[in-house]
Amino acid sequence: MDMVVILSTLDATIRLSTPLLLACLAGMYSERAGVFDIGLEGKMLMAAFAAAATASVTGSVWAGLAAGLGISLMTALLQGAAAITLKGNQLIAGTAINMLAVGLTTFLGIQWFAQGGRTPQLKEGERFTEVKLPFADELANVPVVGPIYSDLISGHNILVYIAFLAVPVTWFVLFRTRFGLRLRAVGENPKAVDTAGISVIAMRYQAVLITGLLCGFAGAFFSIAQGSGFGNNMTAGKGFIALAALIFAKWKPVPAMFTCLLFGFLDALQIRLQGVEVGGVQVPVQAIQALPYVLTVILLAGFIGKAVGPKAGGVAYSKER
Amino acid sequence: MVSAVVSTGEAQAQRPLGAAASDLAIELVKINKRFGPVHANKDIDLKVRRGTVHGIVGENGAGKSTLMSILYGFYTADSGEIRVNGRAEAITDSRYALKLGIGMVHQHFMLVDNFSILENVVLGAEDSALLGKSLTRARAELTRLAREYRLEVDPDAIIEDVSVGTQQRVEILKALYRGADVLILDEPTGVLTPAEADDLFRVLNVLRDQGKTIILITHKLREIMAVTDYVSVMRQGQMVETLKTSETSPEQLAELMVGRRVLLRVDKGAAHPGDTFLSVEDLVVKDDLGVTRVKGVSFSVRAGEIVGIAGVAGNGQSELLESVSGMRDQSAGTVKLKGVPLSLEGDDGAHRARKAGLAHVPEDRQRMGLITSFEEWENAMLGYEDDKAYGKGLLLDINAARAEARERIAKFDIRPTNERLKTANFSGGNQQKIVLAREMERNPDVLIVGQPTRGVDIGAIEFIHNQIIKMRDAGKAILLVSVELDEIRSLSDRILVMFDGQIVGEADPATATEQELGLMMAGIGKEAGK
Amino acid sequence: MSALKPLPRWADIILLPLINLTLAFIVAGLVVFAIGQNPLAALDAIITGAFGSGYNIGYTLYYSTNFIFTGLAVAVAAHAGLFNIGGNGQAYIAGLGVILVALAMQSLPWWLTFPVAILAGAAVGGFWGFVPGYLQAKRGSHVVITTIMFNFIASAIMIYVVVNLLKPPGILAPESASIAVEGRMPKLGTFIPWFKNTDVNFTLILALICLVGAYFLIWHTRFGFAMRALGQNPTATRYAGMSNSRITMIVMTMSGALAGMVAVNQVFGVQYRLVLDYVADAGFVGIAVALMGRNHPLGILLAALLFGALYQGGNELQYVIPGLSKEMVVVIQALVILFTGAMEGLFRPALQRLFSGGPAAARSGG
Repeated sequence: MDMVVILSTLDATIRLSTPLLLACLAGMYSERAGVFDIGLEGKMLMAAFAAAATASVTGSVWAGLAAGLGISLMTALLQGAAAITLKGNQLIAGTAINMLAVGLTTFLGIQWFAQGGRTPQLKEGERFTEVKLPFADELANVPVVGPIYSDLISGHNILVYIAFLAVPVTWFVLFRTRFGLRLRAVGENPKAVDTAGISVIAMRYQAVLITGLLCGFAGAFFSIAQGSGFGNNMTAGKGFIALAALIFAKWKPVPAMFTCLLFGFLDALQIRLQGVEVGGVQVPVQAIQALPYVLTVILLAGFIGKAVGPKAGGVAYSKER
Repeated sequence: MVSAVVSTGEAQAQRPLGAAASDLAIELVKINKRFGPVHANKDIDLKVRRGTVHGIVGENGAGKSTLMSILYGFYTADSGEIRVNGRAEAITDSRYALKLGIGMVHQHFMLVDNFSILENVVLGAEDSALLGKSLTRARAELTRLAREYRLEVDPDAIIEDVSVGTQQRVEILKALYRGADVLILDEPTGVLTPAEADDLFRVLNVLRDQGKTIILITHKLREIMAVTDYVSVMRQGQMVETLKTSETSPEQLAELMVGRRVLLRVDKGAAHPGDTFLSVEDLVVKDDLGVTRVKGVSFSVRAGEIVGIAGVAGNGQSELLESVSGMRDQSAGTVKLKGVPLSLEGDDGAHRARKAGLAHVPEDRQRMGLITSFEEWENAMLGYEDDKAYGKGLLLDINAARAEARERIAKFDIRPTNERLKTANFSGGNQQKIVLAREMERNPDVLIVGQPTRGVDIGAIEFIHNQIIKMRDAGKAILLVSVELDEIRSLSDRILVMFDGQIVGEADPATATEQELGLMMAGIGKEAGK
Repeated sequence: MSALKPLPRWADIILLPLINLTLAFIVAGLVVFAIGQNPLAALDAIITGAFGSGYNIGYTLYYSTNFIFTGLAVAVAAHAGLFNIGGNGQAYIAGLGVILVALAMQSLPWWLTFPVAILAGAAVGGFWGFVPGYLQAKRGSHVVITTIMFNFIASAIMIYVVVNLLKPPGILAPESASIAVEGRMPKLGTFIPWFKNTDVNFTLILALICLVGAYFLIWHTRFGFAMRALGQNPTATRYAGMSNSRITMIVMTMSGALAGMVAVNQVFGVQYRLVLDYVADAGFVGIAVALMGRNHPLGILLAALLFGALYQGGNELQYVIPGLSKEMVVVIQALVILFTGAMEGLFRPALQRLFSGGPAAARSGG
């Protein structure tokens, strides 16, 4: 394959990995704190809709982003109230959030914009456009490094850079700060945290809110960065791939980035291979699509290594004996 | 030599130990705590002198851990007063307890398994938002503590990779790092090897010599005698007695701990033992944490006899029962029923044991023996649900099951007499009768009974004891485990004493005195030395 | 703090779900109100759309048929303490078994094919439930995550199979060949003209049989007893010697088989061919149905009728009140799951206090 094809596939990989990475890191905060979140998908969808609708109505991409983040935070808070304060079933809470998002976004979309659930096509200034990094033009003609820098690294929208920046930030927060130490401890042994005099409930709420924030970025990416408007169910199960990536990366930030890049690459590959015949045989792109899920199942079953999540995950903390 | 026998329900006597208020590090006054219907602490008074090792002994469930959790601020007392260094304090959370210089080493370690030792020490005691500085300071501090108290650890080791003894050191270091002057240790040796325990005692002595106050909760008398200056005995939520360790003896403490219950003499004739029905050979069993709790036990039970296993709770009796009945996998050894080895491995081992004729009344009826959310008649067939009595094929003959349940309710005098009632609504004694009826009425060859009268009212105790005797006289082999020494003595035809996972002695209930048994149970009897 | 008494049975199984349902309706009504529509008019349109005539009722029953199956699938697993969130995937992949049987037997009368199609759907759906059950019982991977992954894997497999293997040449739409007309099962409208030409078919009878069967399974068989025991107290089942791993695998298989019956309704009863995404999230509706119906077949029947009515009514809603779409029903359904499943702590304590008449007396005995 020539350089152009490789570069454009890798370019697509970065774009397709971005929402996965944001959602995966989002899930990392709440799951590391012991709150299982299968509602990543729902929060992203809510955010995607709110961002596109607001951007379209106000004409400002930043207002759109703010709305996306705000709605996602509120959804996370609702989920947190059910799972943390009311000690409800975390999985059912996540399921409800996903369904609520599908229903509410379509319902409101149809009512408000009368385009079958789509929001109006976003115009210039209503969506994030490509950012040209410094010296991208100057370096473009330098062999090898030039195209990689100016085509692959430069020229993405700002949310892509936020996503990849969030990886070292998350690593630093989790492993180099007091907050991160306590957050990880809450997910492993909440009683140890409680006996150390730290509020388990407060820690979990903080984690869930960060999850909401990052899901907000991921959702906004779909509708006001990658796309130019909201479409029905546009997150298309990416929240669950992010969940799979989170498990696959064993709840660690840097492996999460590589896993999301891998899953993004598989996605880019299957798009490129649609309808392509290799040696007279049509490539079964569905096999590539299903690969993240299959790999996760195999990993969880302990056939290749072992993925063990935070020990206290999934259980509401209760002090009583 | 019987001294200071105190019976249940009598007012406890806190002996004045001649301590001036200024010598006291901790003083508890009339502490009360209830958990639902359970009165875990009743009017507890306790004085702990500064710079001493103060032991608190009592059986499991005596209320020791609850009391210390109140002192540490993990629970709040319903009433009562806590004085620290003479000042009344309202300790509402652990953070405040730590501020007052009270640190606790919990029975189940409060450690994060996948954190390093350093991270565990720092957790909750960080200096600033960024960890770097805290970790550096903690590292230096650990080196200092290691020097001062000989508590060496590798700060970068991960908790799940280090030994249990080291994990306990980390807990102690955590408390010292937070500036604890009073250190509470809850059953610290339960998970330690003897060598590790000796090392702990050495550390405790060093700590005391450096002026720290230590409260040691345990049910092991050997530890009390070895390391404490004072000892308080608790029983059934009450404080029984506080003594100077040098002025007491293990025998006296054993009696105070177990107490003398209202004497229930059981009328039973001589046993007529027949063939060996149950034989256990070289049994080794581990608990859920992987600690070996039964360390090569062999014994046999013959038809028509009751063999009682005496011992202080936590010496491997539970694991022995669970293993012989097929609930828990054994690491080594064989269990034979009428000479035929039982295959007990797998999660349906208990089913095969029952099929072979081994019935089991478990120690903890609410956790194992019953499904309290089920109706009575459903529990009356638990474990036997595939019996022909309940219908043919896949279907369950509910009417037959209910009719049988009603019969047993009448026969065992279970009240209320409604088989449709949820089992949770029956009292402890009646719940126990439900289990006994189920296990006895199946006419098994071997009956294994754990703590038959725990939490059971007096009236039901006599009934249950008589039922067990009747089973014996019908030619069944009965293995009885109880922490009630009195119960073991009155029911058993032979007594085996279990200590630290081993059978340390055998006694004839007709001739053995309570003192002899108490010594063996404490691991300091003449046969235990072998 | 003294312990609160448990709720009386009727309050637990009728009052509490009704309160939660009412709350879901009120919240959804507020959403409708907030966007400037009349919630009562919307409710009226839904009710008329669901029950207005034999035609409407026919479609309501058709939707209910699916929801009975998926509700039962969730409930049977729930009795054993398992959360099967994979009903969608199990229902979807079961279509493979159904269509292969139906196409192979299309020259035979439908009543011969019907039972074989049922078995095929149950076998394939059951397999898709068994694997996660096996992985939990023997390999320790959590059934929830595995079934979520299996939903997506099923989806990928189905696209591949339909597009690459089952699609007859010359047809553009991604769907299998259709069952020959003489091999098709007649709809109920053929026998009961009142239903007109609606999609309700004999699978509804199968659903009712499954309800009765589930009732017997859960409360009148030895296995049902073991299954409920496991769900309530896994330590007690270990004590009793029931094999927890075996029960887990069997229950997940049965759960998958029940979900697979959706394929019989959709593929054999209505569409006569295999199309993509025919499950239409019925698996997730099953979660709401089971929660609402308190995992009891009778409750599931009522809840499935309710959600069937909501789906059918929601379809009609958009024609009566332009701007209000059927997705409002999904919102209601999500709120039902939220309130009955995850936010039970909202009302139960208050109700318990109410029924205990202030501070509860301590329970007798000990």
